[in-house]
Amino acid sequence: MTPAVEVRDVRKRYGSLDALDGVSLRVEPGEFFALLGPNGAGKTTLISALGGLVRPDSGVLRVMGHDVAADYRAARNALGIVPQEIVFDPFFSVRETLELQSGYFGLRGNGPWIDELLERLALGPKSGANMRSLSGGMKRRVMVAQALVHRPPVIVLDEPTAGVDVELRQTLWAFVRELNAAGHAIVLTTHYLEEAQQLCSRIAMMKAGRIVALDQTARLLAAFSERVLRVKFAGCELPASLTAGATRAADGAWRLPVEGAAQVEMALARLREAGARIEHLEVAEPELEEVFVKIMANAGEATRAPA
Amino acid sequence: MSAGFRTLLWKEVLRFWKVSVQTVAAPVLSALLFLVIFSHALASHVEAYPGVGYTQFLVPGLAMMSMLQNAFANSSSSIIQSKLTGNIVFILLPPLTPGDIFGAYLLASVVRGLAVGAGVFAVTFLLVPLPVANPLWVFAFALVGSALLGALGIVAGIWAEKFDQIAAFQNFVVMPLTFLAGVFYSVKTLPPFWQAASHLNPFFYAIDGFRYGFFGQSDVPPATSLAIATGTLCALSWLTLRLLRSGYKLRS
Repeated sequence: MTPAVEVRDVRKRYGSLDALDGVSLRVEPGEFFALLGPNGAGKTTLISALGGLVRPDSGVLRVMGHDVAADYRAARNALGIVPQEIVFDPFFSVRETLELQSGYFGLRGNGPWIDELLERLALGPKSGANMRSLSGGMKRRVMVAQALVHRPPVIVLDEPTAGVDVELRQTLWAFVRELNAAGHAIVLTTHYLEEAQQLCSRIAMMKAGRIVALDQTARLLAAFSERVLRVKFAGCELPASLTAGATRAADGAWRLPVEGAAQVEMALARLREAGARIEHLEVAEPELEEVFVKIMANAGEATRAPA
Repeated sequence: MSAGFRTLLWKEVLRFWKVSVQTVAAPVLSALLFLVIFSHALASHVEAYPGVGYTQFLVPGLAMMSMLQNAFANSSSSIIQSKLTGNIVFILLPPLTPGDIFGAYLLASVVRGLAVGAGVFAVTFLLVPLPVANPLWVFAFALVGSALLGALGIVAGIWAEKFDQIAAFQNFVVMPLTFLAGVFYSVKTLPPFWQAASHLNPFFYAIDGFRYGFFGQSDVPPATSLAIATGTLCALSWLTLRLLRSGYKLRS
């Protein structure tokens, strides 16, 4: 099957900075894909290269099989990008903005879809308002609608929820999930790792222009994070049978790795047998944040190592 | 003509039309002020062509000057504004070709130029009735002159990184070239050196040929002027298209 996005050994240098240092990845049609990394990792440069805003020094980028340079018209028709910065044209109203954007993609009579976008992004009451008069969150919604006017099979959201309120986040994710269910491939960058963990089936992590991890979300979580039982107790020491992998936090609570409910029960049974009085207890699920921190730290060592 | 081109043209026309007090009425008023002041101060001194009073001589020059300056302002200010506010991405991300982008900005500049030119004639008509010897020449030079400056405006808009640079381009290139192109005088009245220098200025041919359309008299044969102005336009268009294709300062 033709990948939704194909990136092969893409390099881009700005002076002495390798913004993209040999990046390769594939996003399949209908996939929900996260592109994560600290600021300056090269995420936005990669997205810009996909949209033709940045010209890579070498490498291949394709959207739905169309080369973004040689076959740029077909590639851009297949791609909808929501840029990270809030930008707008102050001369126009919300509806005019969307009508113009439709026209740039060669679409006429796009009214019904524009109406639907306005409704789904809760912009209906603002459709006649000038862009200048909208709040930041509202402008962000218009940018999402602009990226979707031509119903692109590949949708790229570059930090769409940075600084937006809970309501928009929920409206947005409900809509994006629906688009994904309808077959659109979604590529998301975000600093809110819990969003990526909940939404995305696969994750790439970038650092210093390179991909440092690329796998299914579940596999990354299993490899780098674990479910732990956090328990604080008094009346005895930690039984020897539970010490494997256990760590103790500053407040005296123990973190015990547990795989499933059975192990939780077993650990509690051992504690009771040892005469522990349990003061506090919680089961913490694996977190992408932990995965992210570990991978970035490892990648840091790798970068420092001599080549 | 692709739908994308038509939409971008429509957007560019709307952009200036929505603020037409500033983009059309203001330059018409400036031209009117120039006319009143210069004709009052100089009317008794100069007769540019036999049988053509100075005030009459002045009107087409002022109209063309306004058209040139506003055609330049239209494309240059639109592009620099889009670049600075960042909304240029909405034009760079769709599948518009360099030709679509060039054509739309150029034609919108021509529309603004013609609107301003028509405005100048509309308000001066009652004060200074003009003959129109050859309306086709009038129209041809209006078109080519506006297009020439529209293209120059696109180049300036692409090249500039801030408003000051556009202003500098306007003040140090466009203004001197228009003022020294024979708006206020016939270059035949100049000393030989300055006459020769004027003939190196492409704007001079736009104004001289435009004037021919009204009075049937000019310093240079109108066909020559049209050929030179059109040739300059073609060269500039080629350069602009090359810039757009290369992504110079638009796609890093």
